[in-house]
Amino acid sequence: MQQGFWDAWKLIITFDRDLYEIVFLSLKVTVSAVIIASFIGLPMGAFLAVFRFKFRRYVIANLNALMGLPPVVVGLFVYMLLSRAGPLGGFGMLFSPNAMIIAQVIIIVPLIASISHQAIRDLWSEYHDLLISMNATRFQRVKALLWDGKRALLTAILAGFGRAIGEVGAIMIVGGNIEHATRVLTTAIALETGKGNLAFAMGLGLVLITLAILINLLIHIVGKTERASTW
Amino acid sequence: MVIFPLNMYGATAHFRKKRLVGPVDITIEAEGFTIVMGPNGAGKTTLLRLMHGLQRCSGGGVEWAVPQAKAREKQAYVFQSPIMMRRKVIDSIAYPLRLRGLGASAARTKAQECAGRFGLENLLESWAPMLSGGEKQKLSLARALVIRPDILFLDEPCANLDGRATREIEEILLDAQVAGTRIVMSTHDMGQARRLAQDIIFMYDGKIHEQTPVGAFFTTPTTKEARAFIKGDIVE
Repeated sequence: MQQGFWDAWKLIITFDRDLYEIVFLSLKVTVSAVIIASFIGLPMGAFLAVFRFKFRRYVIANLNALMGLPPVVVGLFVYMLLSRAGPLGGFGMLFSPNAMIIAQVIIIVPLIASISHQAIRDLWSEYHDLLISMNATRFQRVKALLWDGKRALLTAILAGFGRAIGEVGAIMIVGGNIEHATRVLTTAIALETGKGNLAFAMGLGLVLITLAILINLLIHIVGKTERASTW
Repeated sequence: MVIFPLNMYGATAHFRKKRLVGPVDITIEAEGFTIVMGPNGAGKTTLLRLMHGLQRCSGGGVEWAVPQAKAREKQAYVFQSPIMMRRKVIDSIAYPLRLRGLGASAARTKAQECAGRFGLENLLESWAPMLSGGEKQKLSLARALVIRPDILFLDEPCANLDGRATREIEEILLDAQVAGTRIVMSTHDMGQARRLAQDIIFMYDGKIHEQTPVGAFFTTPTTKEARAFIKGDIVE
């Protein structure tokens, strides 16, 4: 076990090319998926908080249920979509990082939309009378809520990031865990565990956890959260 | 564009079958300082909300001289509990101007000028929700008056303020009235009503019992409810 950690640590400090390739691909796939999912999920959450329409309650209930979407099912769905016989087979995206991004976006959009809906709903109940009184259009209301609720929305984005960076089932199916092509930290851990390299897998796990913590810290610092003068 | 007069005809408001206000028939002309008075639960806030369009009438109606959407652009409302946007003071004051299409830097410049008139010039970069109660209410007023509204509704703006803050706000309101803003404000404070009002609307049980010039209201109230209210008795 100790040897495994030492090996993993050596790979980090010697800037092992293969390890860093895996780390950078993990980041590329997850950050891309989080950015795309945020552009979809945050306005969706605000829309659901501000607009009243038929079956709204059912849409919200379904969205909440989709937060627990099984990744392997999503993987299977995206696989069928992108495989040669599937409707999007012509794009040749199966077993590529793009396919992994698509799968992750599908998994985390409901999570980001649902958490942001909760946050914006609370802010909307506070701002409702003010924004109506100021004659703000619906678009202006959504914009104000997204802007003023940005620190609460950071939580939604971070939850999406946490779910995506640790995801293995879907990206294994649609990415295929191909060396130098679609291998990311989680699929590498699964592979090493399968090969019996438990200590090395644990070392990779430590890298994954450290990465997640560093990204969270960075976002908190950039977002200026938890300061006495702000919310 | 002249939005006056405001006509309420048979205006009624209900909440879950309970009548809150009405039927109310009243006309608000372009000039003056109207104070809405009455005991708790009389319907003062609901009346102001109906006038401003924050609450829909369940019967009757509220009409301006121009369509409702146009009239709304010329109105502002100050709430009893100030609603603070999670922004800096300067950005909060600039926000209504931004909604009206003014560019960011022009809006901030105007907001800065406006803040100076309200004694907020040293708080421009402060976080609005962190201000004191009096400062929050002054910010609410600055935010409302920065657009130079034709009419300003205020729902007990000094309810939780000390004497000094109340006096500052009263001075701001009198200045706004001199500058041409019609003011309709609710309050419990009879001293404040005497200092500010030109006419009084007295409400009880969701209905307007009196609408008279301020002098006549305090010297010769015509209803027993108004007499009891002025004497400080429990109105029943």
